[in-house]
Amino acid sequence: MASYDLQIPISEETIRSLHVGDQVRLYGTVVTARDAAHKYMKDTFFKGAAIPPAEQAIYDELARLWKGGVMYHCGPVVAKDDEGRWKFVSAGPTTSTREEPYEYEVIQRFGLRAVIGKGGMGPKTLAACQDYGAVYLHAVGGAATLIASYVKEVLGVYKKDELGVPEAFWVVRVEGFPAVVTMDSHGVSLHEKLYEESRARLAALM
Amino acid sequence: MENLAPHFIELIRRASTDLPADIEAALHQARAGEDEGSAAQTAFDSILENVRLSRAHSTPICQDTGTPIFYVYYPTGWSTLALKKQIREAVEKATQMSYLRPNSVDTLTGKNPGNNLGDDFPYFHFEEWEEPYLKVDLMLKGGGCENVGAQYSMPDSRLEAGRDLEGVRRAVLDAVHQAQGMGCAPAVIGVAVGGDRGSSYIKSKEQFYRPLDDVNADPRLAELEQRLAREANTLGIGPMGFGGKTTVLSVKIDSLERLPASYFVTASYMCWADRRRSLIYRDGVATIE
Repeated sequence: MASYDLQIPISEETIRSLHVGDQVRLYGTVVTARDAAHKYMKDTFFKGAAIPPAEQAIYDELARLWKGGVMYHCGPVVAKDDEGRWKFVSAGPTTSTREEPYEYEVIQRFGLRAVIGKGGMGPKTLAACQDYGAVYLHAVGGAATLIASYVKEVLGVYKKDELGVPEAFWVVRVEGFPAVVTMDSHGVSLHEKLYEESRARLAALM
Repeated sequence: MENLAPHFIELIRRASTDLPADIEAALHQARAGEDEGSAAQTAFDSILENVRLSRAHSTPICQDTGTPIFYVYYPTGWSTLALKKQIREAVEKATQMSYLRPNSVDTLTGKNPGNNLGDDFPYFHFEEWEEPYLKVDLMLKGGGCENVGAQYSMPDSRLEAGRDLEGVRRAVLDAVHQAQGMGCAPAVIGVAVGGDRGSSYIKSKEQFYRPLDDVNADPRLAELEQRLAREANTLGIGPMGFGGKTTVLSVKIDSLERLPASYFVTASYMCWADRRRSLIYRDGVATIE
């Protein structure tokens, strides 16, 4: 197990050098997306033959930010500072498994290199990590004030009025954001391993 | 009636930003039990540092400030309508002050009004009592841990579990296993045995108001609580599901009457950020515990 500082955007070669258990610190631009954002992307970008003209601008911006980029499963507590700029007050990860039905396609279409969340994801996302060169990064759930301290700046927000504060796409600049690789691009998932190990221990108690 | 809204705002602030002492002590103890330098211990370090920072900065411990669940115990003659209005006003203000995330979403339209208010949000339970003072218990119940709660209708053939305490034991261990790290382990598990589907879930969540060191008055349940906590911690799921020795901090069980046809075992899951506080208002003086 090793430690790495990763500058976003991240190359495929770098991502493929990471293994489950490695600790990383992220630097650069990260975009949040959770439940409603995933449904929006599926319905708006992936389902139809063409993207509706009114949604093209946000698609182009996400495509630019996520090419080699990082998504964060997070619905933050935000506030405005004295100058009216948004800041993250409290911003830990949300449970990722709810995005399992969507994430393969999101990784494929946008070229994401990393998804940050908590609780891990399933076999489809693990396959996307292998197929396209990505990792799942686990942040500490509930450690929200601490994690917000690594979010240095809110660069923008999309769909806040439609989806609400927790569900919007927040574009943020992070410095030294800490996470652990729990699913890598080699088909290894810590979550799968622990599920099986704990299942054997459960059987012994029954 | 006096406007108690400022006291309710303070209750919300404390609940969201200041983890109760018994939970924090249990997390310290859990950290000490993990292997030096393990992922589990590193997770506990982040958790405990976050608890300190949140208290110092008055910022939410977790960004998911959950469903605010208010249990209001009031003396004879008080107006529950006035109390409800004042608490709702406090919830809206606490949201503006960023102690709460705007968390109430209209299920049919998907719209978030941004103020944590709705016809059924926040959640209230009012109870007149014989004491001469007001007590308001507040729990902030996060969504991630709510999603991993489970209910079993006994007998359950998959678990080979029947309608007895051995069956309860099997169901609760299965629920902890299914949850893995997704509900932000280590957890407090609240269990209700009996009731109907609705009352059983409510009773299971009421267990989270009990202090961690509270010993069940029923010796059979007290023994089962101890045994379940011990056995759940042999599963090796650990904090965040990173693997480790502490998967649950405590198990709390209560029973309620059931119909001959029904035997429910309900396990509610409370994340490590077990946020609960009580406001006591007596003789014009408010204290928060």
